[in-house]
Amino acid sequence: MNQAVSGIPIEFFLGLAGILFSIGVLGVLIRRNAVVIFMSVELILNSVNLVFVTFSKSLFSVSGEVIVFFVMAIAAAEAAVGLALVIAIFRQKKSANVDELQSLKW
Amino acid sequence: MLDLFPLVVLLPLLGFLHNSFLRNKIPHRFAGAIGTLAVFLPFCITFLAFSEFRPMERTAPHIITLFPWIHVGDFQVDFAYQIDQLSFYMTLIITGIGTLIHLYSMGYMKGEEGYTRFFAYLNLFIFCMLNLVLSDNLVLTFLGWEGVGLCSYLLIGFEYEKSAAANAGMKAFILNRIGDVGFILGTGFLFWLTGSLRYSEIASAIPGLNGFLPYADLVALFFFIAAMGKSAQVPLYVWLPDAMAGPTPVSALIHAATMVTAGIFLIARLNIVFLVAPNTSLFIACIGAFTAIFAATIGTLQTDIKKILAYSTVSQLGFMFLAMGVGSYVAGLFHLMTHAFFKALLFLGAGSVIHALHHEQNIRKMGGLFGKIKVTAITFLVGTVAIAGIPPFSGFFSKDLILEKVYQYPVYGPMLWTVGIIAAFFTAFYMFRLVFVVFFGQDHTETHGKTIHESGWTITFPLILLAIGAVVVGFFQTPHFFLNIHSLESYFEPVLLPGKSYALAHQLNTIPTEITESHAIGLAGFSVFIAIVGILIAYLIYLVKSKVLHEDHTGFRKILFHKYYIDEIYGILFVKPYETISNGIGLVFDRYVIDHFFVGIGLGLRSLGGIMRRMQTGFVGDYALYISIGSFFIIIYLLVKGV
Repeated sequence: MNQAVSGIPIEFFLGLAGILFSIGVLGVLIRRNAVVIFMSVELILNSVNLVFVTFSKSLFSVSGEVIVFFVMAIAAAEAAVGLALVIAIFRQKKSANVDELQSLKW
Repeated sequence: MLDLFPLVVLLPLLGFLHNSFLRNKIPHRFAGAIGTLAVFLPFCITFLAFSEFRPMERTAPHIITLFPWIHVGDFQVDFAYQIDQLSFYMTLIITGIGTLIHLYSMGYMKGEEGYTRFFAYLNLFIFCMLNLVLSDNLVLTFLGWEGVGLCSYLLIGFEYEKSAAANAGMKAFILNRIGDVGFILGTGFLFWLTGSLRYSEIASAIPGLNGFLPYADLVALFFFIAAMGKSAQVPLYVWLPDAMAGPTPVSALIHAATMVTAGIFLIARLNIVFLVAPNTSLFIACIGAFTAIFAATIGTLQTDIKKILAYSTVSQLGFMFLAMGVGSYVAGLFHLMTHAFFKALLFLGAGSVIHALHHEQNIRKMGGLFGKIKVTAITFLVGTVAIAGIPPFSGFFSKDLILEKVYQYPVYGPMLWTVGIIAAFFTAFYMFRLVFVVFFGQDHTETHGKTIHESGWTITFPLILLAIGAVVVGFFQTPHFFLNIHSLESYFEPVLLPGKSYALAHQLNTIPTEITESHAIGLAGFSVFIAIVGILIAYLIYLVKSKVLHEDHTGFRKILFHKYYIDEIYGILFVKPYETISNGIGLVFDRYVIDHFFVGIGLGLRSLGGIMRRMQTGFVGDYALYISIGSFFIIIYLLVKGV
């Protein structure tokens, strides 16, 4: 396994991916605005993409990059559906705050 | 015609299917004709096949394997029929008498509710009964055995809206279950000991099997318990008198001529087992003799015409078992046939009387019917003379053969013979009591004979044919001193005494010893004398003194009238404790233990759910947190486990 990609050690890439992932998770947990939560989810997905391409380069295997394309396609589709939902909710509630959406409970 | 033999079994099945599935689409007359044909055609086929088989010369059975049935390792059972002298004998009786009774039913059941259903059940019964007698292995016989039990249940409870009929059906079914346990145990033991369930293989295996003898009595006893249930022997006989709640043709076909003789057939089929089981055989003889006298004495005081005939059937079956017990299988089978004729005749005659009197069964409300229903009266009289054992009617020959063979039985013979002769006396007495009260004597009918008229040809024709049969079938086998015909003995030789087992049985001393001819004449003469005495006493009491029948008796007569209180005793011994235990389980254990246990589980889960559902807050963030925490722990687990 090649320990460096383009002269930069592989740990740097993985560390960056970890930081992005944590920011994304925290964003999903903490933020109240639905659009921001979506952005955080995108951040999580892209941190994973980063891990995929890193290992793809270091292992000289294209399969990681192929999976990234799948993830991107699915993320785009998810964003389209998600944003449509957010708009529909906003029309109903005049707000994108997820804490106001809590009628489905015990 | 032998190749067409499967049709004999198939046609009644088709008749059953036709009449049950097209029940509402066909006219009544047509259903009855189909049902009758589905039994008559098999009779014709059997008759033709019978002549082709040449039973007097042939010794090996003809086996027809329809298809493999159960094949598991060494356990091989085929759906196969064994056609030999014994199965021909039974098939001819079943289809022959069955046809006449079907024909009779067309007239008797006319206009009744469920006419088509009745014929469907009757055909199903014939199908099951034929499987029982034709089968080449015990498993298929058991299928037929259970099948006839089911049909018996269905037909006893034919008028199921009457609770008496429904209860009688259940009683018959439950008492037969007790016997069936014996059948299953016996089958299991036979398979364990001989490694086969086919009759031919069992018969050839046992003579060379030393390990069988210690178990022979036990196996034979199990099969006798089965026979006790089906053939209504003491102590399991109580269902048969109650079974009279069914329509009269059913009583004639199932509860007199065919099904109840299945126990006799079973012993004859497994004669090899019973030959080497002297203790059980003696037990069978004792039970048979006891049943014969026990039921005959009850019959002397009953007032329901069908109940009298029912107790008479139990008593005559006792005679057959007496013969089987002393090892004279030919005598037992002979009496089976003669009894099938005269008892079917008596039941059908009784049915004709009941029909003419518009469903009156109490003989206290009959009398003086001789001139009004002549055909019924004369044929009934023929049947009565036959059952009483007056020569040259068939009952004399078969009963005399039994008593002669019983007398020759070592040590216990004369004692059993005495019991048998007393039972024969009572038989003559109660049967002629019935005839004198119903057909002669004073007219006690409610309408004083105004609306009484003879039934149609479908009813009288079977009566006449059966009456002819009741006279002539006795001549198949006559004593040494009278014509000396031994056709039945030589007919049954290939099935009943295969060479090897004969020697074995002789060693065990279960074969009767011979007696001199003058002795035999004396025995026969005495039994005729005793029968005539019985008739004379009945004549004196019920015709000359024209004693009025009443139902309030004292002393021993009261015990007799109440059938020795057997039903009440069984009620106290078995029914009440069973009900008490059932109620205890149902009302206490089930309600307080089982119910509380399961209700408790439900309530516990519900309160737990009440706590847990608070997790469903509705906030998206909370759910995301749960997912994160869960993922966190899964990752920790995977890391610790080391992927």
